[in-house]
Amino acid sequence: MEVSSAEAALSVSASSIRITDVTQDGDVLTFALTSQKLDSSAGVCVFRIYEDFDWLQQSLFSQENLPGLQGIIFPPLPSKALPSQSNTQTKALKQLGFLALGQDWQSYCKALEFYLQQVAAHPTLCKCKALDSFLFNSESPGKQRGRKGIFNRLSQAVEEMRKESHKDVDNFFQNERNKNTNLAALSKVATEKLLDVVMTEQKLALACGHFSTSLHLCVNQDDASAVAFSKVCLKLSDVIEAVKRNLEKVASNNLSTLGLGLDLESRYQEAEKEMLFRRTCKLIELETVKKGTEKAKANKREVLEAFQKAVEKEFNLISSVAKQEIERFHSSHVNVLKNFLIGWCEVQLNTAKEFAELYSQHLEACRNMYSE
Amino acid sequence: MAASSERSPPPFPDSEEPELLEDSDEGADAFTGTSISEMDSPSPDSTRPPKDIFNEPLEDIFSDPLSNINSEPQKKVDTKIPSPSSDEVVDLFSDPLDDDSEVISSPEVQNPMPDLLNEPVQAPKSDGSSKSSSVKKAASAELFGDEDEEDLFKELPKVVTKKPQPLGPPVDVFTEVKSDVKVKPQVKDDPTDLFTEEALTAPAPKPSASSSSSRTNGVHSEEHDLFSEATVELSLDSPRNDRKKKDAVKPSVSAPVAPVASSSSKAPSKTLEELEEEESEDTFDLNISVTNPEKVGDGMNAYMAYKVSTQTSLTMFRSKMFTVRRRFSDFLGLYEKLSEKHSQNGYIVPPPPEKSILGMTKVKVGKEDPSSAEFVERRRAALERYLQRVVSHPSLLQDPDVREFLEKEELPRAVSTQALSGAGFLKMLNKATDAVSKMTIKMNEQDVWFDEKIQDVENEEQHMRKLHIMVESLVNHRKELSGNTAVFAKSVAMLGSSEDNTALSRALSQLAEVEDRIEQIHQEKAANDFFTFSELLADYIRLLGAVKGCFDQRMKAWQRWQDAENMLQKKREAEAKLLWANKPDKLQQAKDEIAEWEAKVTQYEREFERISATVRKEVIRFDKEKARDFKRQIIKYLESLLNSQQQLIKYWEAFLPEAKAIA
Repeated sequence: MEVSSAEAALSVSASSIRITDVTQDGDVLTFALTSQKLDSSAGVCVFRIYEDFDWLQQSLFSQENLPGLQGIIFPPLPSKALPSQSNTQTKALKQLGFLALGQDWQSYCKALEFYLQQVAAHPTLCKCKALDSFLFNSESPGKQRGRKGIFNRLSQAVEEMRKESHKDVDNFFQNERNKNTNLAALSKVATEKLLDVVMTEQKLALACGHFSTSLHLCVNQDDASAVAFSKVCLKLSDVIEAVKRNLEKVASNNLSTLGLGLDLESRYQEAEKEMLFRRTCKLIELETVKKGTEKAKANKREVLEAFQKAVEKEFNLISSVAKQEIERFHSSHVNVLKNFLIGWCEVQLNTAKEFAELYSQHLEACRNMYSE
Repeated sequence: MAASSERSPPPFPDSEEPELLEDSDEGADAFTGTSISEMDSPSPDSTRPPKDIFNEPLEDIFSDPLSNINSEPQKKVDTKIPSPSSDEVVDLFSDPLDDDSEVISSPEVQNPMPDLLNEPVQAPKSDGSSKSSSVKKAASAELFGDEDEEDLFKELPKVVTKKPQPLGPPVDVFTEVKSDVKVKPQVKDDPTDLFTEEALTAPAPKPSASSSSSRTNGVHSEEHDLFSEATVELSLDSPRNDRKKKDAVKPSVSAPVAPVASSSSKAPSKTLEELEEEESEDTFDLNISVTNPEKVGDGMNAYMAYKVSTQTSLTMFRSKMFTVRRRFSDFLGLYEKLSEKHSQNGYIVPPPPEKSILGMTKVKVGKEDPSSAEFVERRRAALERYLQRVVSHPSLLQDPDVREFLEKEELPRAVSTQALSGAGFLKMLNKATDAVSKMTIKMNEQDVWFDEKIQDVENEEQHMRKLHIMVESLVNHRKELSGNTAVFAKSVAMLGSSEDNTALSRALSQLAEVEDRIEQIHQEKAANDFFTFSELLADYIRLLGAVKGCFDQRMKAWQRWQDAENMLQKKREAEAKLLWANKPDKLQQAKDEIAEWEAKVTQYEREFERISATVRKEVIRFDKEKARDFKRQIIKYLESLLNSQQQLIKYWEAFLPEAKAIA
């Protein structure tokens, strides 16, 4: 992303932020974070729990004296993972999608890592003090609970239906809103479908594993022909095992590249949607104020006009910030998707080649089974 | 006969030491010596202990089962053939129908005769059946020339003279015959009557005919007291040799010298050829395909007709290529006929696919929905495999019904299967009685081999069932995966179409295409999994049922023998009582009865031994075929796996530049 433009104010290099380890203690996941300040070569390692991330996000939301804050597309924070709940798998899948898959929360860590990098790479957000203390302060900042942000998702959901369809004054935003709604839905569906594919691949791999193990049952060394058959069975077992590993590999490739990419894409689309919604809210507010001003009596009119001006100014500021943000988002999302797609294609290609090689070895071995 | 003691299969618990022993003391050194020298290396391996064999290449293992058979001296010939399967292959090539029928018919008839003479008790039943079947062959199929029948009877008196011969140790006869044949096929001062007899029998001093018949003799002398079926089978060697001989003779320049040269060169060259046949399994020259399933008629009377095409160079068939149309019940009818004739003798008759009322009703009512198309394709493939299994069985191929099924334009409607519900009921009844008798018959198994094998088959069937379930779920998951991939492809395409950035949009729609292709691959893989494994396992579950049927037949034969034994015991007791009571008038009758029952006991015992030997041979053949079948399927599977993997590589390689082109 546009790391370079933010460099002046940024004290940390975005790409150096890594989540190196995660430990699970009951219901709590603790993440080990390493990052590197720009002016030193020494890395800093801190431990954070999800609440700390949440605190950071809220702090970002509630930054004061930052004009046009509501026009910013905040990098989306993945929702909280609940590792030790009963029926975790299905519930977690519903809640987290791809992030619940993968061993030892690897993909979840990746998503959090990506979130932090995005925050750090953001030209405005990286200046936030909260980020600094989150990354470098060895004490956990989450304990000093920040106030709940102004953008409470719950309250938002209620109004959403009504305000969402509000007609925009600006064609650019109207278009953007339409497209965003569309893309958000589509990317969500695509993510879910890919998740289905990955899940089925894993199931299939499991079934292959069962099959491969069961083939060992047929092994019998009683007499020569049984031995011959056993050999064939063992060979088949090996082959199926290879098929299984292939499937696992393909599934994890899908998960770690395209899956994460699509997941991020769909969450980012949601974030954009939220930003656009905030702007729409402001627009509605402005329009109400305007109506009020028109109806108002002369003595109050001046006050109201001043107020209307202030709101209008704020709205225009938000709109201009939003325009920048949208542009930035568009180019960055293309970039992100491109990288994920390339990475995906490369790993899949490698896997395919690797297993083609393996299969041909097996084939060779099978053909030589009698004539060796 | 000398063989009887060895035939009751000696218990070899681990089957290594005994085998070795048997090989050395029964397989007259002279013979084994020559055979080994003829066939290079494979035979020494066959006596190797199994433990080693496990680490050995499979080829050795396959030849190993033979050593069990070889322990019976009559079959020593087989060692000459390096791999067990080749003797079946040889049989397949034989053809009673071909122009050499005169030559062939003679061995066929000779066979029952020695048995008749040497074992008068057994003859009426066991040989009668085979003879009658061969007569039936001639009578029923118009294809058979009349001469066949004539020969049958003409030959009889001649054969009688063979009587003294089989008393000598069979192995000696063979070695003698063999060596003589090789050096000078026409010499008559050989001590074996058999050979000279046969040389005379041969229609003319035509070199090929004489040497082939002498070879047949060799085979016969060894096979003599063995069951009639086996002899039929072996006699079939002759036409092929004959043909081979002719081929060999043709290129050779001078006719008089030819016999010597060709017969001496014959053995090694044949061995070589068979080796090749063994290695490249597909040279088996009878290709049957079932194609073009077609619905005939309408409504509930509709049925599926299949095109059964045969392609062969076997001379037993009238032409090299022919096609008939058969409906499903014809296949079932073929099975009924075959199992009626052969399963009682301990043969494993491959069972056809089951009748599926549900599937067929769907087809009958059928709109073109995919499940019924799948059903038809599945059945077509199953029928094809079924026919291939039938013809690859050397004895079944010889059955006139099989030939009729493959060749004859119109087949009489199979009756028994038409009212299958009734037949099914009967079958159920039969099964129930079988189960009861199985419970009541407590066979104390003398033969360790059978004891273990029965247990093995039982276990194996369970394993196969388990595997079958696994594969089914595998196939289902694959189908699910292919469905999900298709949906994903669609949603990616939608995403691509509403994306602003043209390069990204393009890449996404390319990706959708890639996913579509991958879906195709998954679909193929699902079909592949299904047809290679699921159906294979289903086939073998059915086949194992047939194997169990063989064991049951053997048990029944044993039961008959035991019953006769008991009866004899009773008669003897009665005689003793009569003696005690001093009633000379009834004594004679009792003695007659004892004689009668003694005869029966020997006959039943022989039958039991015969069936045991057949079952044993069949099971070994089955095991071997099974391993080979599975191997073939694995190779097929791997090939398709590799193929789809390569396709995947292609797709990804094509997609990578697209992804990189996103600006």
